Amino acid sequence: MGTILVEEKDIVAPGETLAEGMDYIPGKGTFRDDDEIISKGLSLINIDGSVIKGIPMNGRYVPQEGDRVIGRVKDILMSGWKIDINSAYDSMLPLKDASHDYIEKGSDLTRYFDLGDYVAVKITSVSTQKIVDITAKGQGLQKLEGGRIIEVNPQKVPRIIGSRGSMISIIKKALDCNIFVGQNGYAWLNAEPENEVKAIQAIRRIEREAHTNGLTERISDMLDHDQGDES
Amino acid sequence: MTNSLRPDGRKPHEMRPIEADAGLIDQADGSARFKIGDTEAYASVYGPQELHPRHKQDPKQGKLRCEYNMLPFAGDGSRVRPGFSRRGEEISHVTTKALEPAVDLSEYPNAVVDVHIELTQTDAGSRCAGICAGSMALADAGIPMTDIVPAVSAGKIDDTIVVDLNGEEEHLGGNETPDLPVALIPRDETFSLMQLDGILTRDDLKECVETVKPALLDIAEKQQEALRSQYDTGVES
Repeated sequence: MGTILVEEKDIVAPGETLAEGMDYIPGKGTFRDDDEIISKGLSLINIDGSVIKGIPMNGRYVPQEGDRVIGRVKDILMSGWKIDINSAYDSMLPLKDASHDYIEKGSDLTRYFDLGDYVAVKITSVSTQKIVDITAKGQGLQKLEGGRIIEVNPQKVPRIIGSRGSMISIIKKALDCNIFVGQNGYAWLNAEPENEVKAIQAIRRIEREAHTNGLTERISDMLDHDQGDES
Repeated sequence: MTNSLRPDGRKPHEMRPIEADAGLIDQADGSARFKIGDTEAYASVYGPQELHPRHKQDPKQGKLRCEYNMLPFAGDGSRVRPGFSRRGEEISHVTTKALEPAVDLSEYPNAVVDVHIELTQTDAGSRCAGICAGSMALADAGIPMTDIVPAVSAGKIDDTIVVDLNGEEEHLGGNETPDLPVALIPRDETFSLMQLDGILTRDDLKECVETVKPALLDIAEKQQEALRSQYDTGVES
């Protein structure tokens, strides 16, 4: 019979044995070595039926098709823009995917996106060699003007957003703050300066306590308290 | 060796006291500190990131690049000249080779993961401390790893096989003490580093290897515990 040696939400280091026997299946972040399942990194355990997964606690962003990310214009080429997406690989924003307008070849591309501009984009394709193509066309995708950009741990982004956006909408509502969190760990906030600062504090706390239970309540308490102090 | 005790009072198979922690450098993607006796190493990891110069890129998998550096005040008294040294270059190379088998960079073609190891003080065993800190920092950076890499040295004083030589022991009898730094991939029971300075018979070498294994497994456990414990926030979960 197989035995499982870890529990949901345990934190495990690389090389740790998670389960013995063939009753469990190694998911992402784990691997099988003979009849043992081993952790493949410093990660948080997620048990889904008989599948054991390890969610990394840390790490740079690896581009994935369909992700909505925030990029910074790094260079302007003949055929489009080279965009830094906070990863080991740059991405290309081709002319045809940059705007709903028709952009004539050879026209002044800085009119659309200039060097250093931040843009909310979506990843359209990632090749095996990590050549990344993106688009700026789509709902919510646009040049980000005003507000501020912060960097967060890309592995914590799902927790910051919450299930179906629950966590982020608490912050948005409480502080009347416009927030876009890219999967790549860049987040854009736009509100009254004091509220931006409060939103950042809330996000930092989510990052720190991402692996704990009952976080949504703690964050909403924290924000309620802030409101109380002001009045 | 009288009373089978060593110059600092340790038993033959006893290591110096170990301190290990992870995640102490904010700007780095991963970081760790490993201290054994008076030898202390800090490692910081950056990446995976773009590799330059481009001709060094490997389209099949990411590269691991380690750099070992002793700070100017980290030596035995005289100032260590900063910058390039043959010794540093060699240790950087063997450190990379010692850590490579434990990391899986197949997800990161053309990219590089940089490991910078800084020694703030040394009392022998610095490459081993560097490897210990380096493997912890890699894990802290979220790099996929099949195992943690512990390292420590073995040696022979008079007729006794000892573990984790300090500087004084290394210099006994006019630098004649054989000294064998080893690094282990615990799961495969394979050694990813084994260098011998001095002369050992084949039997002594075998005994050294058998003697350090439990010590290495002990270190591995401490490394894993240090990695996990950084997430004890004190918040009830």
